[in-house]
Parts: sequence; C-alpha cells; structure tokens
Amino acid sequence: MTPEELALFHKRRRGRNIAILLVLVGMSVLFYFVGMARILRG
Amino acid sequence: MSDTALEPGQGGAAPLPASHDMSEVRDWIALLKPRVMTLVVFSGVVGLLVAPGALAMPPVLAVTAILCIAVASGAAGAINMWFDRDIDAVMRRTAKRPIPDGRIAPRAALAFGIWLAVGSVTVMWMATNLAAAAILALSIAFYVFVYTMWLKRRTPQNIVIGGAAGAFPPVIGWAAVTGDVTLVPIILFAIVFAWTPPHFWALSLWAHDDYARAGVPMLPVTAGARETRRQIMFYTVLLAPLGLAPWLVGFAGPAYAAVAAVLGAMFLRHALAVLRDAQDEAGRSLTRDAPAKACFRFSLYYLFVLFGALALDRLVLGA
Repeated sequence: MTPEELALFHKRRRGRNIAILLVLVGMSVLFYFVGMARILRG
Repeated sequence: MSDTALEPGQGGAAPLPASHDMSEVRDWIALLKPRVMTLVVFSGVVGLLVAPGALAMPPVLAVTAILCIAVASGAAGAINMWFDRDIDAVMRRTAKRPIPDGRIAPRAALAFGIWLAVGSVTVMWMATNLAAAAILALSIAFYVFVYTMWLKRRTPQNIVIGGAAGAFPPVIGWAAVTGDVTLVPIILFAIVFAWTPPHFWALSLWAHDDYARAGVPMLPVTAGARETRRQIMFYTVLLAPLGLAPWLVGFAGPAYAAVAAVLGAMFLRHALAVLRDAQDEAGRSLTRDAPAKACFRFSLYYLFVLFGALALDRLVLGA
C-alpha cells in the first residue's frame, strides 16, 4: 500500500469512527427520551 | 458495523479517492433500499395514526416506533442484498448495487443488516410493547427467510406469499399504540397483501428479461405475459372491494368510502387496459407495455392516496 493509499484508508476509517460516534450519541439521546416518556406515562 | 469493508483491497472495498467519501455513505444508505422504505414507513405511520389512542401516545415513542419500522425495513433490505448478490450481478436493474459492484463487502453488508434488525426490534420493544416488537421481528424474518431465501427463486408465487412481509408495517404501527391486533389492522394487512401482486407483476411485465437472465421464476417468465395480465386482473378485482372494507366494518366514514371506490374503479380500469393490451401470439406487448407501466405508476399512487384518505378520515373527520 502506498503512503497515499494509507492516508486515504485512515481518512475513511476516521470518517466511519465519527459516524459510529454520532450513532451512539443519537442512540443515547433516544434511549434517554424514550425512558423519560415511559416513566412519565407510568 | 463490521470492519470487513475497511480492509483495503478486500471484497472490492479498496481505498477510494477522498471525493468519494460521501459516495460510501450513499452506498450504505442504498443497502437499506430507501425507496421501499418510503412505502413501508408511510403504511406504518398510517397504521399508528389510525389506532385508537394514537393521539395520547407520547410523540417521542411514536417517532421511535416509526424509526424502528424504517430501520427494520432497511435491515431486511440489506440482508436481501447480501443474499441476492449473485442474481443482482446479472440483472441490469441491480448490477450497480453496492455489493455486486464491489463497493461494499458482502460480509459487511450482512453484519450491517443483522445489527440493524436486532437493534430495531430491541428498541421497538423498549419504546412500545412486546407485541409490536414481535411482529416487527416476524416481518424481518418473513422477508429474509420466507421470501428471499425460500420462495423468490423457487416459485412464481413468490410475490404473492412474500408480499405478506410488506403488509406488516400498518399492523406494527397499530400494535405499537394498542399492544394488540384486531380486525382493522388485519384489513390493512389484507389491502397491502392484495395490492402487492398487481404492483409487482405490472413491473415484471416489462422487466422480465432481467428476471429470466437471473433465473428468478417471476410469473411472466414461467407462465407468460398473458397469464400475468390475467393474474393482475384477478388480484385487482380482489383489491377493489377490500379497499372499502374499513368503511364496511364501520371504522371509516363515507368520505373514505368515496375515495376508496373511485381508486378501486381506477385501478380496475388500469388492470383492464393491461389485460387488453395489444399483443402478439406469445402474449408479448406491442405497445412496449405502456398500460403495464401506467398500472405500476398508478398502483403506487393508489396505496398512498387510499391510506392517506383513511388517516385523514380518522384524524380530521373523526369517523
């Protein structure tokens, strides 16, 4: 693998890590609000 | 998400130029079959909105339920693309999909689909109830195991029985609110079930070369175009009165009944035009399947307007 290819590979992996982070944050927010809604509804 | 597709040079997922970063995201989204998802989400929303007590449901739970239906649909689509990658590669319509085109590794797509399926069912259970989650799981399993893996390559009735998978969303939406399944969601299921064969067979009338090349036994391939036209007519005759069923059981009002009657009559007219299309001795269309194309377009319009009318009837007119 050439240095350019390696750099692109790392760039794509970084992008995917950010995407997974956003999904996890989104899921955490969703779980929080779902939990709150269920508790408040009784 | 699996790391499989990240490995350079493996499964066709070799590094791409930086400008292609967004195209990778688009490929993952394409795995979810977003066009199919639109109809699934819409019918799920209608099932949820017309259920008794829907307006008392906390919006965050309703939105989560719809999100789960959408994600589950995408999961089933991704697993379907993983399994069908061999036939997708030989069909013109599907050859450029991410897996046959080598842009996403098959194993990564499968892992993606499984994670989404498990996640959507779990979150549905957490946000709503066990009944909705169980039906959601059943719909994914039905699409993957019964339609994709069992029926699709074995019988020309694949669309008829497999169509049940696409008929689940209004039932799931209803169950997410009520926690049970009564006559009305079963009627909504039956409407989508009867709608599926004329919808897909109209498409397959002009796309059957692709299916024949891939060895998929779609009805025009195995029984010919003439028989397919008769079957389209048969299921449309079944569908037209079914559209009126919500009114007949007292769930919808006369405004809905009027819309359903007009739509049913229009669908019958399209099916009749398909049946009477100018054909050669073998039943092949001499009009480039113009009536079948019009019938396919109308079938999409039919379901959106019918279900939209039902939701409006219940929510605005309070039938």
